[in-house]
Amino acid sequence: MLKDRTAIVGIGETDFAKRLHDTEWGLACAAIKAALDDAGIAPSMVDAMGCFTQETTPEFEIARSLGFGDVHFFSQTAHGGGAACGVVGQVALAVASGVANVGVVWRSRKRGDPGKRQWAGVQERVTDHWKWSRCQGLLRPVDEIAITARRYMHDFQVTREQLAEVALTQRAYAANNPKAIMRDKPMALDDYMTARMISDPLCLFDNCLESDGAIAMVIVRAEDVNTATQQPVYIHAFSQGLSPQHQLMTDYHGDDPLRSSSYTTAANLWRQSDIQAQDIDVAQFYDAFSPMVLYCLEAYGFCGRGEAASFIANGGMSVTGELPVNTSGGSLSEVYLHGMNLLSEAVRQLRGSADNQVAGARSALVTTCDSTPNGALVLRGA
Amino acid sequence: MIENIPLPATDDPVDATFWAGTRCGELRIQTCQQCDQMRFPPRPMCPSCQSQESYWQPVSGRGRVWSFAVPSSPLLPAFEKLTPYVVALVELEESPTLRLIGPVLHSVGGEVSGVEAKDVRIGAEVTVDFKRYSDDVAMPCWVLGK
Repeated sequence: MLKDRTAIVGIGETDFAKRLHDTEWGLACAAIKAALDDAGIAPSMVDAMGCFTQETTPEFEIARSLGFGDVHFFSQTAHGGGAACGVVGQVALAVASGVANVGVVWRSRKRGDPGKRQWAGVQERVTDHWKWSRCQGLLRPVDEIAITARRYMHDFQVTREQLAEVALTQRAYAANNPKAIMRDKPMALDDYMTARMISDPLCLFDNCLESDGAIAMVIVRAEDVNTATQQPVYIHAFSQGLSPQHQLMTDYHGDDPLRSSSYTTAANLWRQSDIQAQDIDVAQFYDAFSPMVLYCLEAYGFCGRGEAASFIANGGMSVTGELPVNTSGGSLSEVYLHGMNLLSEAVRQLRGSADNQVAGARSALVTTCDSTPNGALVLRGA
Repeated sequence: MIENIPLPATDDPVDATFWAGTRCGELRIQTCQQCDQMRFPPRPMCPSCQSQESYWQPVSGRGRVWSFAVPSSPLLPAFEKLTPYVVALVELEESPTLRLIGPVLHSVGGEVSGVEAKDVRIGAEVTVDFKRYSDDVAMPCWVLGK
């Protein structure tokens, strides 16, 4: 089993902003170097690499920029929001099995420019599965999630006031995070309720930020951790998930479209984990859109189906709540980097160095996009 | 950004028969030759029995709204011009797991533009209509009411 055999020993982040001057290539190099410095490991020691299929800079450009030596493993995990935990998990598997010794994973992205939004690049003719939705008017990811969100809110009588709790809580977290893009933009319920709709029933504040930045991490075998110089966070359990009849983003064709790939991931994750949902101290739920936080609370077993809105009412996801969630401000209020910021925040929480530190946090759950093929990790502090 | 509404490629052998059907006013669903299970979106193999033989079965075109979205700015220019409009995910009468997405219309031959959230509800009965977007694309749309 993979359980506790590898550890994250370095995290590195660039600045986060609506617009950074450096290229995605340059930002990736800076984040990876920062992560290696944090781990105290020389670039020449790296021999495993993992990134997203949506990463624009190929692994060889990264390797020869940073001065890696002989590299023995490189992989890409499919898609965007669903990939982050898969990237870490796959490199961890390679390192645990002895194929390689020192792994780096990264995501670098410049999305602040409106022209970089994927929907803006839709072509005259659609040839893939999006021919069944984009041409019909579900153009953007927010439109795709508005479909499930409306049905979820209808089936479980969830109001916009209740959904607002996700955006409001994460904005409050961002206020204490000097790196959060929205740190100086407090939000009240009235701001949320009067915000413009982007795809009814989802308003502006139900959407993640469009931003620039890069994040990287370093993974080694547990027996190679130097506890004198490194602060390891152990990879306790990992799974990816692809549910029957799943379709990327427009996941509408299974028996129950509200039962996503997160349910597949969760079952296999908890099967491998000594730490169960009730033991988790802090969670980082992928939040490109606020309803995904509610979906994850239910799929990963923190509450029953349709009960997530009640769970987060009155501060359930706040730092003193039943389960602190997205404590850096997350994709809604810190930065949108396809969930890599959720992973680095989980590591900080388990090191005890987070801006919104959960007292005594020893275990963390990190998930990825509910509506794509996805993955999740259970992380354990030293 | 493109100026027009993006169109589906209609010459892929996997689904060309679907689009040939919509051009002559017929909603056709791919059906397994071996086990008769209908499937959508089209694909080369039956997920129940793994047969690669299929035929296309016309269906009633009646269904119910499973859910809907009301997109607003920022959008592609062609969609900006249409606002307000509603896009629905409809489950077909023949099987609730056959779900198709389409714009909602007030009446047969009506416009996509001008439909609002208050006009549509989850569970509403709808009927298919086909709107010509180009020579090869007749888009299935959903008309409110029986």
